[in-house]
Amino acid sequence: MAKVNIKIEGIPFQVEAGSTILEAAKACGFEIPSLCAYNHGECSKASCRVCLVEATGARGLVASCVYPVAEGMEITISSPKAVAARRTSVELLLSNHNKNCQQCDKNGQCELLHVAQLTGAREGMYEGAKTPTTVDQLTPSIKRDTSKCILCGRCVERCKNAHGLGILGFEKRGFNTIVAPAENRSFANSPCLLCGQCVTVCPTGALMEVSELDKIDAAMKAGKYVVVQTAPAVRAAIGEEFGMPIGTLATGKMVAALKRLGFKKVFDTNFGADLTIMEEANELLSRVKEGGTLPMITSCSPGWINYAEYNYPDLLPHLSSCKSPHEMFGAILKTYYAKKNGIDPKDMFVVSVMPCTAKKFEKDRPELVNKDGLKDVDCVITTRELGKLIRRSGIIFNKLPDEEFDNDIVGEYTGAGVIFGVTGGVMEAALRTAAAVLTGKELQPVELHDVRGFDGIKEATYDFAGTQVKVAVAHGMRNAKVLLDQIREGKSPYLFIEIMCCPGGCIAGGGQPYVKPCFLPNEGDDILDTFRAKRAAALYQEDELKAERVSHRNPQIIQLYDEFLGKPNSHLAHELLHTHYNPNRKKFD
Amino acid sequence: MAHLQEAAVKQINEICDRYANETTPLMMILSDIQKEYGYIPLEVQELVSARTGISVAEIYGVVTFYSFFSLKPKGKYVIGCCLGTACYVKGAQQVIDKFSDILKIKPGETTEDGLFTLDALRCIGACGIAPAVQINGKVYPKMTVDAVPKLIDEYKAGGIA
Repeated sequence: MAKVNIKIEGIPFQVEAGSTILEAAKACGFEIPSLCAYNHGECSKASCRVCLVEATGARGLVASCVYPVAEGMEITISSPKAVAARRTSVELLLSNHNKNCQQCDKNGQCELLHVAQLTGAREGMYEGAKTPTTVDQLTPSIKRDTSKCILCGRCVERCKNAHGLGILGFEKRGFNTIVAPAENRSFANSPCLLCGQCVTVCPTGALMEVSELDKIDAAMKAGKYVVVQTAPAVRAAIGEEFGMPIGTLATGKMVAALKRLGFKKVFDTNFGADLTIMEEANELLSRVKEGGTLPMITSCSPGWINYAEYNYPDLLPHLSSCKSPHEMFGAILKTYYAKKNGIDPKDMFVVSVMPCTAKKFEKDRPELVNKDGLKDVDCVITTRELGKLIRRSGIIFNKLPDEEFDNDIVGEYTGAGVIFGVTGGVMEAALRTAAAVLTGKELQPVELHDVRGFDGIKEATYDFAGTQVKVAVAHGMRNAKVLLDQIREGKSPYLFIEIMCCPGGCIAGGGQPYVKPCFLPNEGDDILDTFRAKRAAALYQEDELKAERVSHRNPQIIQLYDEFLGKPNSHLAHELLHTHYNPNRKKFD
Repeated sequence: MAHLQEAAVKQINEICDRYANETTPLMMILSDIQKEYGYIPLEVQELVSARTGISVAEIYGVVTFYSFFSLKPKGKYVIGCCLGTACYVKGAQQVIDKFSDILKIKPGETTEDGLFTLDALRCIGACGIAPAVQINGKVYPKMTVDAVPKLIDEYKAGGIA
């Protein structure tokens, strides 16, 4: 790579030719205050005007995020002119901002507030009219408040990059510009997946999850039998809420915290994941045997289900009819578990801690209400909300002992359940069990590396006792679309496909702790490239630590079938653990 | 998209296909649709989105950014009153107010019978003949308040093509 000679603050450096001033400065040890820094360019370029610097050869101040370095360029970050200009840019952004920071859930993770402090923005410099505000909280998942939006466009880019969708866009013109779904509609009336990827990149409180912590308070106050379950991906990220390095496996401390929060029982959704594998692997095998619709596609990811219903209603028969793991677990808790423990299911309140905002929508689906009118799951909180819950309860997370999940008659889990949280994990877990069913012996080795990793589409072929099993894994709807179009054209060579909505799978879900480089001084500059792999490694680590790593050897799953469900895909299993999808959802209602 | 006629769907798809080889075809597509139909409602934007792969939000953004595009149907006759500086000092505000009074619509609105739309324009580059009024592209120079009723009547009678 060619180099150019530049000076920053009078000090000579050699930097990559073609890099922006912002990148070059970072490489030389300078942090130019900016809103977009190292966000993979996911914003409408240079619109915020925060990162202004002086550069020789340029007319006036330049936006360092887009201005390239050149041979002999002298860059000044600290001159009074540049400092004042950056401060003014932020003051202007704040002049059209709803400054109720005290009540804002983003406080502590707000990049605008951070950059206001960095640049020394002063109070009340520019007061005047404000752009009319829209607050959309019609969905159970995501809240949009335009009074906090700074029009950076990261959410617009993320939706396009991850899913090829672009639900959000810039609307109107000039002072009236807002970022919104078409016609400034609610997410509820547009084909939004509610995955929350936009929430993970929003620098301010303009996009956030809808909090359900008050529902937990109300249930506890009402004396309900409140139980909690946690998804696999949560343990790989909850530590980040308390300053632990990205990739810290915090299972024990998370359980300990939940036990101190008044939950009657603390379960692992992995039990539900193991149950899902039993149902899903057997569903696949019976589709193969009985000439059912193939390829079969996984159904754990509620964002993916939303995508399929809106965009590929004709392919819904390809989806496994299995409910997602936490819904299955909820259904078992309110039947088998409640009965065995003499609890009235009506008094039971099931909370799921999920890395996901779409799960909040999923739990309210009419298809997931049982015949007594009870929801399988009553409340879904994100990993971030769990962080808030722990903090407000006076628990010092980092000093907690490691404790174990409850597993009296349900809750035991295998390594197969743990890896559900990462792209390829459901596939790997299902194949471990399918292989055993087809060959009559356990897979050795149990790891299937072909379906691991972060390539957009992964494929592999396995030979299980003469049955050729060709599989594919996709994450992010942009990648899924390729596989779905193949099916539509009748050209899909696969038997089984795993699709996860969020790029990377649940470990990088829309409800996971924010990965904002400006608040992570101890992580590397490449953290936005590496955080998924780090969190995934934590899950694979837990898989390796488990004595049992295949779902069908989970003793409590075996017992559940023996005592209650009968066989996988039995009549009762279908009633409790399977669902159906809605082919009639209108994109713009 | 239920209430779009089949012929319209076909034509809009044809318009999209005209620019299939362009790297940024959206402006041209929308411009043709605006000329053909006089407005670009959400149903049509959905159709363009499905044909081009450009998101509806992005299309809506472009439609709402440029005042040339309209989300609502315009009247048979679109009256544009220039309110640029030269026209304004020559009394354009009074002219547009007179149109407003007689037609009982505000600038940007369309009469109930669908005959007239009243638009306020910024400078149309005709300062020498200020105040200028434009009706479906035909320019009326040095407009006066008194001439407004007669002009409306002529169009109502359908006398001016």
